[in-house]
Amino acid sequence: MKLVIGIVRPEKANDVLEALYRAEVRGVSMSRVQGHGGELDRVETYRGTTVKMGLAEKVRFEIAVSDEFVQPAIDALCEGGRTGEVGDGKIFVVDLERAVRIRTGETDHGAVTPVRK
Amino acid sequence: MTEVNAGDTAWMLVATALVLLMTIGLGLFYAGLVRSKNTLNTFMMCIAALAVAAVTWALVGYSIAFDGDGAIVGGLGHAFLNDVGFEPREGTTIPHLVFMAFQATFCIITVALVSGAVVERMRFGAFLIFAALWSVLVYAVMAHWAFGGGWLIANGTLDFAGGVPVEMGSGFSALAAALVVGARKDYGRQAMLPHNAVYVLLGAGLLWFGWFGFNGGSGFSTGNSSVLAFTNTMLTPACTLVVWFVLDLLRGRQVTAIGAATAIIVGCVLITPAGGFISPGWAMALGALGAVPSYAVIVWRPRTRVDETLDVLAAHGVAGLTGILFIGFFAQKGWNGVADGLVYGDAGTLGWQAIAAVAAPAYAFGMTFLLLRLIGLAMPLRATEHEEALGMDIVQHGEEAYVTGEGAILIAHEADGEAAKGVGSRV
Repeated sequence: MKLVIGIVRPEKANDVLEALYRAEVRGVSMSRVQGHGGELDRVETYRGTTVKMGLAEKVRFEIAVSDEFVQPAIDALCEGGRTGEVGDGKIFVVDLERAVRIRTGETDHGAVTPVRK
Repeated sequence: MTEVNAGDTAWMLVATALVLLMTIGLGLFYAGLVRSKNTLNTFMMCIAALAVAAVTWALVGYSIAFDGDGAIVGGLGHAFLNDVGFEPREGTTIPHLVFMAFQATFCIITVALVSGAVVERMRFGAFLIFAALWSVLVYAVMAHWAFGGGWLIANGTLDFAGGVPVEMGSGFSALAAALVVGARKDYGRQAMLPHNAVYVLLGAGLLWFGWFGFNGGSGFSTGNSSVLAFTNTMLTPACTLVVWFVLDLLRGRQVTAIGAATAIIVGCVLITPAGGFISPGWAMALGALGAVPSYAVIVWRPRTRVDETLDVLAAHGVAGLTGILFIGFFAQKGWNGVADGLVYGDAGTLGWQAIAAVAAPAYAFGMTFLLLRLIGLAMPLRATEHEEALGMDIVQHGEEAYVTGEGAILIAHEADGEAAKGVGSRV
């Protein structure tokens, strides 16, 4: 059981969601974050004040998956998030100690498996 | 020649300012309807109309619209505002300058209206070129037909405040512009939702407020026709709102805010051509009945491949056409002192309303289509897919509407450009 964290461009977030959906990875959280990963800075001007935007808007996906879904989730993040330019983002995979589904109290593998109807 | 009348002039000065405010209201209305990454660009297209159309109007547009009574276009006698001074404009009791300024605000908002078809993907530079040419080749020509002594008004077409040049002119041009520029890259694939419904409602409210100057000023006086149009501007949109609520309830079981904002616009557009020609009772009927065709087009259009993004065709083109035809049936000499419609015994009125309802859309569509194709040969009309994904605010203007400022590093104030190095190290 792993937690896959993918940080991608906001404009690619919808493509990532589509790719995850196609890979049948269903449990996803996403949040808007700001970060810096070595990409070129964007320069903006407001009334004569020029600023370098050191932090770029990113979207952070958090996907808890059972082991067999780790690779499909990574593939989906890469496929949906890639433009080939610097700033496409990163993926981090970390071990997940426990997972609990609040509604039923199911734990671990049961908790990260989507409900099938 | 008549004298300048102080009361009439005072009202027309106010009305001119009211109509100018509409363009800002429209900017807010449009900005709320797009995604947050395109807020500024969308608003800026309306600001661009303020800039470009006011200049072209003073240079040549006003003259083409209002100099002489040529059938198709006016002359160049008023180009560069030649002979536009303090004397009353022929047929009015207000100074020629005020008349020109009032008409300029109409040209400005019509140009801004068309932008609704192409927001979120058209390049700002290309839009500036388009706005300049369109304001003269399409708006000024159609204004001449309907207001300035051209073939429609000469034959008796009734158009009080701009059903022909403003509403049908913008609506059917918007359709052509959407076809030439093409759909947004995500159109029909992803949901693209209005990002701020409060802007949309506030913008619609400002538009309605300004519309009292738009319609109420189109009698160029404080006389009966202006008073009638002013009052109808209050009644018609109210009826449109009520019917829109009912249509929303029938279709989705809920009354929507974006729908209400749209209904306000549709109601104001419906009464624009008819304002000074029909009784308050018929104006209310127009608001109620006229809601239906525009509602139908708004429901139908997103199911097509045509990404006429902010539904200028439905809200302005279709509602303007409905209003123009409605006059043909229900105009009443007892109220307007000019002509009766079919119901009151004059079928000829309906004939010329119908001709206007065919000619105006055809010219606006055809000319805009051609114009954009030609501009498209000289420069790309739209941003690349990558730029569209980033959002037009950053790509076209280097600014964001909702900037957080976190992580922003001061590089320089323009005034002390050479101190950039020192300032930069202050991080």
